[in-house]
Amino acid sequence: MKEKLEQLREQLAAELSEAVDMQSIENLRVKYLGKKGSVTDLLKGMKDLSNEEKKHFGMLVNQLKSQTAESIARRSSELKELEIKREIELMPAFDLTIPSSAERGSYHPITLVQRECERIFTTMGFNVEDYPEVVTDYECFEAVNVPKDHPARDMQDTYYLENGELLKSQTSAAQNAILRKYGSRLIEDGMPIRAIFPGRCFRNEATDATHENTFFQMEGVMVDRNISISNLIYFMKTMLSEVFQKDIKVRLRPGFFPFVEPGFELDISCLICGGDEGCPSCNHSGWLELCPCGMIHPAVLREGGIDPEEYTGFAFGLGLTRLAMMKYGIKDIRDLNAGSLRVLDQFCEDK
Amino acid sequence: MFLSMNWIKDFVDLSGLDELELINRFSLSTAEVENDIQHKGSDISGVVVAEILSVEPHPESKKLHLLKVDAGGDTPTDVVCGAPNVRVGMKTAFAPVGARLGEIEIAPRPLAGYMSHGMCCSERELGISDDHAGIMEITDDVVNGTDIKELYAIDDIIFEVDNKSLTNRPDLWSHYGIAREFSAIARRPLRALPTEDLTAYDALPQVDMKIEDPLCQRYSCLQFENISRLISPVNMRIRLYYCGMRAINFLADMTNYLMLEMGQPMHAFDSRKVGSIRIKRFDHEFDFTTLDGVQRHIDTDTLMICNGDTPVAIAGIMGGLDSQIVEDTHTLTLESATFDAVSIRKSTVRLSHRTDASMRYEKSLDPALTTAAIARFVYLLRQYDSGVQVKSSLTDDYAYHYPEITLSFDKAYVDRYTGIAIDNDTIVDTLSRLGFAVTLSGDDFTVTVPSWRATKDVTIKADIIEEITRIFGYDNFEVHTAAAPLFPTRPEYVKKDEDNIKDILVKKYNLHEVHSYIWNYVDELSDIGIDNVGRIKLQNASNPNIETIRSSMIPTQLCQVRSNLGYAPSFGIFEIGRVVTGMKDGLCIEEKHLAVTLYQKGADVRSLYYRLKEMIEELALELKHLPVAFAPVSPEREYEHPTNLYEIIVDGTSIGRIGILHPSVQKKLDRRAVVVFAELDVDRFAAIDSADIVYDEPSKYPSIEIDLSFLTSRFEPIKKAIDAASCALIRKVEVIDIYEAEDASSIAVRLTFSDNTRTLTRDEVTAVSDSIVDTLEQSGIRLKG
Repeated sequence: MKEKLEQLREQLAAELSEAVDMQSIENLRVKYLGKKGSVTDLLKGMKDLSNEEKKHFGMLVNQLKSQTAESIARRSSELKELEIKREIELMPAFDLTIPSSAERGSYHPITLVQRECERIFTTMGFNVEDYPEVVTDYECFEAVNVPKDHPARDMQDTYYLENGELLKSQTSAAQNAILRKYGSRLIEDGMPIRAIFPGRCFRNEATDATHENTFFQMEGVMVDRNISISNLIYFMKTMLSEVFQKDIKVRLRPGFFPFVEPGFELDISCLICGGDEGCPSCNHSGWLELCPCGMIHPAVLREGGIDPEEYTGFAFGLGLTRLAMMKYGIKDIRDLNAGSLRVLDQFCEDK
Repeated sequence: MFLSMNWIKDFVDLSGLDELELINRFSLSTAEVENDIQHKGSDISGVVVAEILSVEPHPESKKLHLLKVDAGGDTPTDVVCGAPNVRVGMKTAFAPVGARLGEIEIAPRPLAGYMSHGMCCSERELGISDDHAGIMEITDDVVNGTDIKELYAIDDIIFEVDNKSLTNRPDLWSHYGIAREFSAIARRPLRALPTEDLTAYDALPQVDMKIEDPLCQRYSCLQFENISRLISPVNMRIRLYYCGMRAINFLADMTNYLMLEMGQPMHAFDSRKVGSIRIKRFDHEFDFTTLDGVQRHIDTDTLMICNGDTPVAIAGIMGGLDSQIVEDTHTLTLESATFDAVSIRKSTVRLSHRTDASMRYEKSLDPALTTAAIARFVYLLRQYDSGVQVKSSLTDDYAYHYPEITLSFDKAYVDRYTGIAIDNDTIVDTLSRLGFAVTLSGDDFTVTVPSWRATKDVTIKADIIEEITRIFGYDNFEVHTAAAPLFPTRPEYVKKDEDNIKDILVKKYNLHEVHSYIWNYVDELSDIGIDNVGRIKLQNASNPNIETIRSSMIPTQLCQVRSNLGYAPSFGIFEIGRVVTGMKDGLCIEEKHLAVTLYQKGADVRSLYYRLKEMIEELALELKHLPVAFAPVSPEREYEHPTNLYEIIVDGTSIGRIGILHPSVQKKLDRRAVVVFAELDVDRFAAIDSADIVYDEPSKYPSIEIDLSFLTSRFEPIKKAIDAASCALIRKVEVIDIYEAEDASSIAVRLTFSDNTRTLTRDEVTAVSDSIVDTLEQSGIRLKG
């Protein structure tokens, strides 16, 4: 009996070491520990033994049984480990240098720049407005103090439709509507008018790399009781520093626009040379002419239902098309409307 | 416009000040100065006056001469010179050895075998005119060896002001007006212009002159005779040349000089041709030849200067050929007038002829200037030609006076507008230097606007703010933020939807956002077989190809697809843009549209179409939480394929259409590809309220799935049958397979049943699915297999 026991032990050890997969392990478990297994048989064979012997062998067999189960479990976990190891070894190393071919959509560069500006302005409490492209002479000119005989109204500058309406030549065409929309809350609740209106404008002119008959501007207005030139300078500097993500120097020069008084041309320090040296991109002046602005003309406020003796305000017009060209280094303005996907597909989301 | 610092300094003493810094401040306070500031004469040194003592022919050259010149030294200098106008006794500008002319440093050098110890200079070589026909002839009586720069004002700083920045300042189209700005900026006094007292001639007869048209605001004239001088003084010619004008003859130069100095255009007629001056328009059109020899068409809106009924000049624009000064002119009539600015501008546009005079007139010149300019003209004339005789009294018809403008404001107004404190003394000083008459009482100002600013420029208090602040300098402003109460900003719902639409189409469907023009390009559309381009037109398109405003963006996108054919085998574009769909009450109906066009090589139009349909549904689900219904419509446009053309309906509102490109257009565009499109009204879509999110708690009990495959090619009857079963247990319906075959197409659907309160039995579920199968069988659709 004892020999049999030892023999079984050795046999198991030999067979276990030969087992290379989980199935043979399972077979071994059945062979030794199953209902008809060899170790089980040993227990069955003990019925002819004396009580003393039963006690002795019973202990030995049970020992063998638990040892067997243990070594099967050990071998089984060894094999599992081996299997994982093998699986790991089988995994080929991939080539990350192969370019991905994922197709991507794209935003128009104007959308990207416009969104960035809108984000900045909304954080400063401005409402974003929308306005039509076809407007009346009143909206585009009369309401914003452009006199009847002003050259801007001439046929060679503005596109007129056959019914006398026109394609808006400037975003200021929305000023009157904005003043009227928010005027009552200014007067009744003391809520300052703060709004921007991005939009497409049209000028009847010949096109080349730097001139387009269709382009985007963004107008902004702020009206309250004591808005001053000093506020305007502060605001423009703060806003433009946000837009360009760096501390921008601004300077104002007198500029004449019928809808503002005083009116200014606003220059910013050159983005390339910083304004100290002068470089080719600022024509060696250190400054870039960026946007017209000014204190809203009293006649424009009055036409918008706001008393210019009580309220003052500033307005500015930012060239979104120009901004997009500056930001992305687009050299030919006509690329923006030509719809060439080889140009446009490069403009994915910009952070 | 070019400006000479020398000329400005005739009127304001700037000694001790940095002129370049002043020009920079002028740019910041008045009008934009171009970057390129020229230092005239800075590259010329050592050039002296020399007299030619002898002229010998050069033995080796026909053109060259051997000269001896007296350049002020002890001995004459030997010079080889090629100029044709050399002669003994002539004085000229001479650059001796060591002198510098631009890049050239003069050194002794052999010319055809003879040494030349210097160079005689032409005016062009000195940079004071473009005359290079011969060496400069100096007629002034000066000692040989005198530095040419002591004799003539060759050294000057010339800067250019952008004309566009002067559009609203008629007073700045002259050196005197600019000098006034420098006087305010530098806080130095402005000198009065020396003029002739014209009352001395009051006893002389008047010129026969009459204004017969309100477009002439003022007409002043004076007759002269006995002008003997032909060539202008050198310094006058240098100034004219530096300021971009060519010297012509003394009289013409004088009128130009006056225009550059005072801003008043003038014209000299041969008195024989203007016996009776009448200013008027004609009631008929005719042709008229101006003094540049060009025949111009004059219409009934163009103001003319006439001799009786014979036109002699286009008012404010250009004189006529017939009345100009000629060789035998003895007496001349000098015109100094003011005309209606708008009329002049419109006439120059109609005539396509803009002159230095008309440019000034169209800015609204000050009528007070006409007689002052004549007084100045006579003063200068006498300086340069003492024999001149005035033959008439000053004849002047001052028909239109601008109203005098007086403005009142107080210091608080200035403080509020500027946001800083500028003291009263500074305000008074600034305005006074600019010519405003100011009275200050306490903190109350009363200001009278000078005539040269009162023609349109300064009319209201805010204009005065500009005068005060620009001279104060915006760089000197202390800047501070505005204090404003807090109010929430509310994004416009259309704007929000637009942003989301773009994000979904770009990020989820990889479409490319494009921009395009609001008009249809007629030729491009015709190339792809679209001829009906719309009815709303521009009056004044420069090009008939772009005169039609689009009513749909799809044709535009088809052209864009066409221009991108080589880009990729498959791509999609979209744009949110404007169209004009018609007219109402005489006004355009403008709509904001979203257009999407998908292009794909090959013939699988179905999958492309389904992809587009999915995008539309996704937009409605994502932004409105609403399903989309499609209703068939008939084609209205030539590019619409009659099959699969559907109206897109969300929440009962029609918001657009989806369709396939008509084969006739498709073949012209790309016969080996398919194109589908959709166009939505963004405003209408945005106006639809988004449905609330209704939370449906997932069941804790197991669900049962039943797959059914029907022999049909259309899902719609299946959907109807399922809806008809009206079973609340059906939680989900999915199409899991579509099989396409000639006569055995099938669609497989999976129904998911569940209940939140109990486990369903197979039997009750089967009963529902059986009823659906029955319904379909009644309409001839059987289960597969």
